[in-house]
Amino acid sequence: MPLSTNSNFARPDDAFRAIVEAHRGLTDEQSADFDAALVLILANHIGDIDVLREAIGLAKRRMVDSQQQQQQQQ
Amino acid sequence: MAPANTHQAKTQFGYRRHPDQDRSGQNPAEHPVVIVGAGPVGLSLAIDLAQRGQHVVLLDDADRIGEGSRAICFSKRSLEYWDRLGVGDRMVDKGVVWSVGRIFHGESQLYQFNLLPEDGHKRPAFINLQQYYAEAYLVDRISDLPAIDLRWRNKVTGIEQRNDSVALTIETPEGAYRLHGQYVIACDGARSSLRQMVGAEFAGQVFEDQFLIADVKMTAEFPTERWFWFDPPFHAGRSALLHRQPDDVWRIDLQLNRYADPVVEKKPENVRPRIARMLGHDKFEFEWISLYKFQCRRMDRFIHGRVIFAGDSAHQVSPFGARGANSGLEDAENLSWKLDRVLRRTSPASLLESYHVERSMAADENIRESTRSTDFMAPNSHQEARLRKAVLSLARETEFGKRMVNGGRLSVPCSYDSPLSSPDADAWRGGPLPGRSMLDAPIAGGSSYLTDAFRKDGTAFTLLSFDHGAPTEAPAGVKQIRIGEGGLADPNGIVAKRYDAEAGSAYLLRPDGYVAARFRHPTRDGVAAALSRAQGLN
Repeated sequence: MPLSTNSNFARPDDAFRAIVEAHRGLTDEQSADFDAALVLILANHIGDIDVLREAIGLAKRRMVDSQQQQQQQQ
Repeated sequence: MAPANTHQAKTQFGYRRHPDQDRSGQNPAEHPVVIVGAGPVGLSLAIDLAQRGQHVVLLDDADRIGEGSRAICFSKRSLEYWDRLGVGDRMVDKGVVWSVGRIFHGESQLYQFNLLPEDGHKRPAFINLQQYYAEAYLVDRISDLPAIDLRWRNKVTGIEQRNDSVALTIETPEGAYRLHGQYVIACDGARSSLRQMVGAEFAGQVFEDQFLIADVKMTAEFPTERWFWFDPPFHAGRSALLHRQPDDVWRIDLQLNRYADPVVEKKPENVRPRIARMLGHDKFEFEWISLYKFQCRRMDRFIHGRVIFAGDSAHQVSPFGARGANSGLEDAENLSWKLDRVLRRTSPASLLESYHVERSMAADENIRESTRSTDFMAPNSHQEARLRKAVLSLARETEFGKRMVNGGRLSVPCSYDSPLSSPDADAWRGGPLPGRSMLDAPIAGGSSYLTDAFRKDGTAFTLLSFDHGAPTEAPAGVKQIRIGEGGLADPNGIVAKRYDAEAGSAYLLRPDGYVAARFRHPTRDGVAAALSRAQGLN
């Protein structure tokens, strides 16, 4: 099964909000720790290495895009 | 059989002049196989080839077995191989048998694992045995085999590849002489001089973290298990390993930081307090102290003309996972039968290429596994350290977290995607696939084992078949093992279950115990075709 990029939540704002609220009151360091744990939990729940790799690829493209933007700004 | 107490095993050997040294440089002696390096791999390979009827010259530049415990964990697979070489009992009698490991984080246990959770195997998951014992027993075995000519203090200083042989120049205490080998097998270790002589690269990854090994002698009540700590109270922020060896010797492995001064850290007066903190006392003596960095690397090709590399000379891994010596022994068992066939001209020389294909695949797997373990123990960045911290903390309450904790993944035989294997044509729900190692199982109600039947009268291509009215006739030269009616009893059906066998099923096993092909309804032609393929004949 390929990575689903359709909107899967009936109420996407609730999902986004839940993650945002989880970070409230955390230092940057704690937030990073929290994200690491959350990523591992969700990755295991997906349980499909191909989907995980596709998700990593999609996330990685943000890094490339932001690097290009920075270069354009310079 | 030799007595179990062999602390006095011979480890010092004399140089002896050989008549080959009296020949002129223009007319050197010719030998079919010359093995360079009398470590566990070279010694085992020599025995295997000699048992197959080959004459072997085995050269070593030293005159003694190396000091220090070095490799200590020998796998089930290695023990099964040593059974075939006639030294398995002696190794196991002296060794410390174990199959359970525990992983700790800080003060508490995260989880434990059992590497051989089922019964009905002749050999345990692992034994721990100092490498010098293993080597001494192999050398003893060699003294029973006149076909092996073991020459101490014979150092290869030059090689020259020819069309039909390799010319070696060998330095001895009485000067140099020359020797020709049809094939030269380089088992001369991680710092292989033969590798340098053929001009091959040995590229890979160097890990910066330093590890301290101390083998200490003490009487202790720890169980015979592999204990591994992340961030233990006695060694904050780093990892530690405790493992038992024979003779009340314990292997302790402590991760140090990458900037530690090796000369200072190796001094016994500096090691002692570290160990005392770990054990809670200082009633121990040092047997061996060593400080090392990991390297994970391999040769691009294991075969250079008529020089073939096996063991650490061809590939090097980090020690966590016991993949060094064990994979070298797997190299030996893979190469031996192929080289024997090529020397007898029953298979073409191209069969040897499958040694490179299969064993470089295994080397990649071993490097991948041991690199992952090393990276988990010594994270490369803050974010890697953070992910590890998350895994360790999730391991306390989740199954998936436990399984992500990597304190070393221990050596198991590799699965070969090999040109010698015939892919399954029938439907199977289990059992070893073509390219995988055979599985052991009890026969005749547990009085014997399948691995015993396999090695009886020497390992050869073997058709393992399950009860059937009319047995398939095996091609000439193929041994038969029949399970069930008219053959070896399998009263509880354990063999059949491990092999997913139905009446009439059959497995074609290679001389190294790997599955070449399997059949639900074997036919003469089908078995013959799989056999030719496994022998490199088509």
